[in-house]
Amino acid sequence: MARSIKKGPYVDVKLETKVLDINEGKNKKSVIKTWSRRSTITPDFVGHTFAVHNGNKFIPVYVTEFMVGHKLGEFAPTRNFKGHAGTKK
Amino acid sequence: MARIAGIDLPKNKRGEIGLTYIYGIGRSTAQYILDKAEIDHSKKVHEWNDAEQAAIRNIITNEFKVEGQLRSEVQMSIKRLLDIACYRGLRHRKGLPVRGQRTRTNSRTRKGKRKTVAGKKKAPKK
Repeated sequence: MARSIKKGPYVDVKLETKVLDINEGKNKKSVIKTWSRRSTITPDFVGHTFAVHNGNKFIPVYVTEFMVGHKLGEFAPTRNFKGHAGTKK
Repeated sequence: MARIAGIDLPKNKRGEIGLTYIYGIGRSTAQYILDKAEIDHSKKVHEWNDAEQAAIRNIITNEFKVEGQLRSEVQMSIKRLLDIACYRGLRHRKGLPVRGQRTRTNSRTRKGKRKTVAGKKKAPKK
């Protein structure tokens, strides 16, 4: 079931303050490291690069405006299937 | 006979069913259209007179996206998913189910015909 509109999109508070800090020029980090895969991408995020944790390492995700409304985790796959042993391409 | 939205409708079917031959119109949309045009649902397609056909055509062009336009919209949405490389886009790329269904068995619609792997052991019988 989809999330209620009344609540608005879910963004981890910590992540949101970090992004807003950068937007206001308080902080000059270019890459935001985060474990918060569950956070929705809001229009404030556009143009930033996030290092999203996939359980193993951080995947760099450059956010464009088309990604608004998706979650950060959607861009950092947690499973990396390279094919079965012995299958030739 | 009745040509609506670039599609020939089957003459001998009831209007409710006949309209569903148009891509983007299912049973409930067809019923809605006929209600709005004040045509009996069970009136056959070839029994529609010109005024009724015009009314149907009007409703479809004004309120619904059908056929080519709708198809291209669907393609665009999929392309957007592919371009931003999100999880759903990756699943489209690999031709696997997009909405979290199991892939250990089934999901043949997406995966296509079974590709048997030579030398793969069958599950041992006890």
